[in-house]
Amino acid sequence: MAASRRSEAVQGATLIAPPLLYSLLILAAPLLTLLFYSFFLLKTGYSDLEQGFTLENYRQLAVDPIFRAIMVRSLWVSGLVTLATVLLAFPVAYYLSFVVRPDRKALWLFLITIPFWTSYLIRVFLWKVIMEQNGVINSTLTGLGIIDEPVTMLRTVGAIVMTLAHAYAPFAILPIFVALEKIDRSLLEAGRDLGESRLMTFWRVTLPLAMPGVIAAVLIVFIPTVGDYVTPELIGGGRIPMVANFIQVQMLGLNNRPLGSAMSVSAMLAVAVIAGIFLLVNLRYLKVRQ
Amino acid sequence: MKGRMNGGGLRAYAVLYLLFLYAPIILLPLFAFNAGTIIAFPLKGFTTQWFQEMWGNPTLRRALTNSLTIAVSSSILATCLGIFAARASTRFAFPGKGPIMGFIMLPMVLPEIIVAMSLLVVLLGAGIELSILTVILGHVLMCTPYAIAVLTTAFSSLDKSLEEAAFDLGETRWGAFRLVILPLVMPGIISALLISFTISLDEFIIAFFLAGNEPTLPTYIFSQLRFPKAIPVIMALGTVLVALSIVLLALGEYFRRRGNARIGATGTGGLV
Repeated sequence: MAASRRSEAVQGATLIAPPLLYSLLILAAPLLTLLFYSFFLLKTGYSDLEQGFTLENYRQLAVDPIFRAIMVRSLWVSGLVTLATVLLAFPVAYYLSFVVRPDRKALWLFLITIPFWTSYLIRVFLWKVIMEQNGVINSTLTGLGIIDEPVTMLRTVGAIVMTLAHAYAPFAILPIFVALEKIDRSLLEAGRDLGESRLMTFWRVTLPLAMPGVIAAVLIVFIPTVGDYVTPELIGGGRIPMVANFIQVQMLGLNNRPLGSAMSVSAMLAVAVIAGIFLLVNLRYLKVRQ
Repeated sequence: MKGRMNGGGLRAYAVLYLLFLYAPIILLPLFAFNAGTIIAFPLKGFTTQWFQEMWGNPTLRRALTNSLTIAVSSSILATCLGIFAARASTRFAFPGKGPIMGFIMLPMVLPEIIVAMSLLVVLLGAGIELSILTVILGHVLMCTPYAIAVLTTAFSSLDKSLEEAAFDLGETRWGAFRLVILPLVMPGIISALLISFTISLDEFIIAFFLAGNEPTLPTYIFSQLRFPKAIPVIMALGTVLVALSIVLLALGEYFRRRGNARIGATGTGGLV
């Protein structure tokens, strides 16, 4: 028995080796290089590095008010996006799980995921077209005589939040839906048999059991949106840069790879810390086994 | 009674939400066939001029060739890696399985800009010239987790005894895999290929930073967005891309369901 388990481990390890090696080579090694770069300084006027390990890049970032402002803005915008996406998505996931007939669920899921698979860039650009000064909304509203002057929607945080909430919708719906599907329906009946109202049953049984899905949704929306590049560029019109735009300017525009690396590492650290705190706060929901 | 009303309200909300999700995609063909050069209502009349202009554009053709080359290579490579990973994780227990799988799935949540920048730093540092090859390297990394997600559902619903029966009948390990398992997971494999292809075709950030001077469809689109004159053609291109994505995904979904039916499972969403 022990021998067969060992041979199983060997077979499993052999099979996982190619994808693991690929990820080590194309993901882990570059990330470590980024980390390594961030501890060096650029020689003034050259593209090579000065000798010696230093924390100078991080010190610069810590005292730089612009970087701090951009970092705070990125986290703030992502937080708003996450809140909007998850709140808007929850009722849809709930509807899918509790109201839609089982044989219709796959169709609904398919309908929800389709927009997500179509070009992100084009979707973001279309929101720009929709929200422009002479765009779809403004031309329709002025045409109908509802407003006289076009409303400025682009280049606002609200516009960025809405575009990203649209882009990440399926990311929030799917995990919540899966968590809701796992809930044993007899628990809800039990709640009601014991005299709880529908609302209280939702509050005290359904929601806590759905929390693992909500937590997954929050993380899966929050983490990538912090590093979003396209939406601040197109919807924010370059006026509301987020950390990805700043990193790009530093890496390519100014060719300061060490400082750009330090920015990337700082951004990842900030996201990791926030995600970690969020997980700790919600730990009690994840410990419950159904 | 109350339950019905509750469901009705939720239903209305869900339909509105779907409208919100589809709003940009519905507008796309409207403007692609609109005779006016400005993207605004009211529409000016029907034309196919933008599609013709699109077809006659040499840079766009080059971008198309590049994008197809990248998407075909990336989807095949990602699906191969995905088969290894899905088979390993569904059939075998090995040390460090959880962390290893988590690490391989990481690109699904990691901000793309970080992946792109770290790869760029390494490639430039190693003196490797940027080309569509470097884009493929990045795209395989991005597509593999999605391929694994699709393939894991296919592999996990396999009955272990089928494989054992093949061993008992004298097949080798490879023979059993090729003759028994592979045909059963084939719909999953096709579905993974189609999804990876779609992701790669639409991917912008990695292509933007790692392609050097080679255009791909998304980077070409991005470069044209600044020119108001170019927008109608971009709308036409967008319409073609979106239509293609929907067809590919519908095919992927069809194969995935057929796969589920073949192994007697009644799974719901593909990435769920």
